[in-house]
Amino acid sequence: MHEYDVIVVGAGGAGLRTAIAAQEAGADVAIVTKLHPVRSHTGAAEGGVNAALHPDDSVEDHAYETMKGSDYLADAPAVETFAENIPREVVQLERWGMAFSREEDGRISQRPFGGMAFPRTAYAGAETGHHLLHTMYEQVVKRGITVYDEWYVTRLVVTDEDDPADRRCHGVVAIDIGTGEVAGFHARNGVVLATGGAGQVFEHTTNAISNSADGMAMAYRAGVPLEDMEFIQFHPTTLPSTGVLITEGVRGEGGILYNAEGERFMFERGYANNAGELASRDVVSRAELTEVNEGRGIEDEYVHLDMRHLGEERIIDRLENIVHLAEDFEGVDPLEEPMPVKPGCHYTMGGIETDENGRTRIDGLYAAGECACVSMHGANRLGGNSLAELLVFGERAGRDAAGGEIEEPEVPTGRTDDAEEADFEPPVALGTAGVEPAPVADGGAMAASPADLVENAAESERARIDRLLERDDGVNHARIRATVQDTMGQHVNVFREESGLEQALRDVLEARSLYQEVHVEDPSRTFNTDLIQALETRNVIDVAETIVVGALAREEFRGAHWREKHQTRKDDEWLKHTFVSWNDGDPKLWYRPVVLEGEMQNYEPKERSY
Amino acid sequence: MSTDATETAAAETEAETNVAAETEAETDAAAETGTATETEPDVPSPGERRREAKRERAAERDAEAQREAEDVAASADDTVHLRVFRYDPDVEGKTEPYFDDFHVPFTKGMTVLDALIWARDNYDPSLTFRHSCRQAICGSDALFVNGRQRLACKTQISDMSEPVMVEPLPHSAVEKDLVVDMEHFYDQMEAVEPYFQTNELPEDELEEQRQTRENREKIKMSTRCIWCAACMSSCNIAAGNNEYLGPAALNKAYRFAMDEREGEDMTEHRLQLIEEENGVWRCQTQFSCTEVCPKDIPLTEHIQALKREAVKHNLKFW
Repeated sequence: MHEYDVIVVGAGGAGLRTAIAAQEAGADVAIVTKLHPVRSHTGAAEGGVNAALHPDDSVEDHAYETMKGSDYLADAPAVETFAENIPREVVQLERWGMAFSREEDGRISQRPFGGMAFPRTAYAGAETGHHLLHTMYEQVVKRGITVYDEWYVTRLVVTDEDDPADRRCHGVVAIDIGTGEVAGFHARNGVVLATGGAGQVFEHTTNAISNSADGMAMAYRAGVPLEDMEFIQFHPTTLPSTGVLITEGVRGEGGILYNAEGERFMFERGYANNAGELASRDVVSRAELTEVNEGRGIEDEYVHLDMRHLGEERIIDRLENIVHLAEDFEGVDPLEEPMPVKPGCHYTMGGIETDENGRTRIDGLYAAGECACVSMHGANRLGGNSLAELLVFGERAGRDAAGGEIEEPEVPTGRTDDAEEADFEPPVALGTAGVEPAPVADGGAMAASPADLVENAAESERARIDRLLERDDGVNHARIRATVQDTMGQHVNVFREESGLEQALRDVLEARSLYQEVHVEDPSRTFNTDLIQALETRNVIDVAETIVVGALAREEFRGAHWREKHQTRKDDEWLKHTFVSWNDGDPKLWYRPVVLEGEMQNYEPKERSY
Repeated sequence: MSTDATETAAAETEAETNVAAETEAETDAAAETGTATETEPDVPSPGERRREAKRERAAERDAEAQREAEDVAASADDTVHLRVFRYDPDVEGKTEPYFDDFHVPFTKGMTVLDALIWARDNYDPSLTFRHSCRQAICGSDALFVNGRQRLACKTQISDMSEPVMVEPLPHSAVEKDLVVDMEHFYDQMEAVEPYFQTNELPEDELEEQRQTRENREKIKMSTRCIWCAACMSSCNIAAGNNEYLGPAALNKAYRFAMDEREGEDMTEHRLQLIEEENGVWRCQTQFSCTEVCPKDIPLTEHIQALKREAVKHNLKFW
């Protein structure tokens, strides 16, 4: 068994920022990650990181535009904390040596991005995430923080009190992918989940194949509610054949979208008469698909994104990476011809419910980054706000988990007095996935020492993995995962209909039932990716289910969540967050009002026009 | 039964060897001859016995799946033929390296990684390789494809001649199938103190330390490294000398040594680091690293620039 003050699960931007902050606050920290840190998906982020750095910009404007972008489903205290703290974080990165693109005077260069009235997005070419990830990993190396790379966390060690609010997290259990060894990791102070997004729930996604929602699913099964899961961001410009991302920076620099008739449809068809291509992502995604659905798409599938008029010099200076991506993955030279693009699943705006310090309902369990929902993206995230989010809230989660000084949070968590139960009956019977429904460590906090609990959990994980490896026959996990991805791509996409959502729920249920017989064919203990993917697939199923039930229940049109029969935002009824709690394997829905009152200002919901 | 498996590829001797090896393994295990005692000196536990039985079944199924796959593939018009290196120290029948043949339905735009994933998900779930972002930024799927280090995810099948030979990166210990041990590579990266170090920071915590556009341009290419280790694997010098820092680590050293934001003292310290016995002077300017780099980093040029800096820096003290 390994023992540390703070254990960080995941080593993308959020995990690394968390680990650095925890170490600075005096904790003995270890990072446990299924990839090597530099392989994390933060590296694929392209566009940039938003911060009000310029003297003519303001923190208040950044907060306001984030609230507006969220379609008023973000919590004001989270958004204000974020906007206030991000300039210092970005300058901090610069001081760690990050090679930002520069202005003439040597300052960090910033460019316009969708949904914001000021050029607020700091960037490093079109590979900002790569620079950010590597810069932070360098700091982790510098500080000698212990990294267990290629160790896959399979379970949280959480006590089993009835009410999740009484439970405590004492550590994690992980499998060394290289050797098959299963070990317990005891966290004296806290465990921080920083496992990233859930893109693998969908078939066409910008996300890495590793983004299988592990942290969300583990926290969910341990008793932390998942919040606002129905809000999946579809990025309007992904390459049709692979889902590879073409940064919003292309439109920020002046790239233009055209339909098959050569119309600049964002203006000519009236989707966004002021902002055009730089309207918010949900608006642009719907516009593109509407063009395709109305017969003005190219090859009935996509639209064109043209940046040729920007000139080779500017493109190479600011968007060079895009030229390579379009060439390598779509066979198109964007200096010579427009790029084909269509919307793809990009970002999970919901996630593990946390407050501004990353705390969850379970004592000692924290979350930060894309896997978490502090509730600052609401129904639609602004481009450039996710790298920014992981910095601010990664830092706070790390500091808090380490016992460092931090102010009390204002974002509520759990079932506060104004929480309400959902009046929602799923149209099909739901159930648990897999052979091990029990989410929590046995024995309870009183029965054993924390170290014993961790060891018990490790022992039961060993048994579970043995059983998976020894099962003789069954269904290949790749088939089960495909069942989920196909239905989610078809029915829970940019446009959503009730019948489609119900079909998706039935298909997810089918995947659940197949998973009871999941089969690992490779018997090896050495680098068994067959086993790891089988374990991941259960997470994909559990999280897919929360997305579908949340989407079915929310009968309105807000941000990224479009419903065919409900074409208006219903503030009277739906100005509230969706929560899904694990209820012996069945998803249980409940709601809590959005907090629109901040210290800087009150964010009165207005119609969103761009 | 082994003849069926290879009827479509009479010339594919490796495949025959493979099936033959598996068949032998089955016979061995069935007879419970000395092979089991070599690896398991103690009496095996019930769990271990079950796993052992499962290994045998898996080996049998692998052979069967392979035969079926080849039959199916042989009838399809548009398939791509992959010949993939296989090895698993942990599973009988795979402890000696061999090659497997996969015939994968070809689709437009298919990359080597796509083909490997298809083969794994449809023919053989035990086929093991690293991959994640599949957009050339995570650096985890550097492989030796048709005799050259490449990222599988950005290598179009249509650019390859068949059979597409897929092997692990040369000059690294193979853990299993296409997965190599990366520890040595990571150690070399860390040896050059790969982190920004400066004492000259503005007092105000919101004040940036500035960098000129020209200086950013100078280090830009060096910052693109994704740690895929293709360069290290292609370098003859690194192959023959395990201590040589190698192109990726030296490129990392360049990235910081040339960054104007680090002070003079630090630059001097960095030049000393790379001048050591196993540093820049080992480079023989063969350009293989530069040729294979999937991010087009002029690695050899960066190493030469460091050599020049090191000479200039020494001159100052003469």
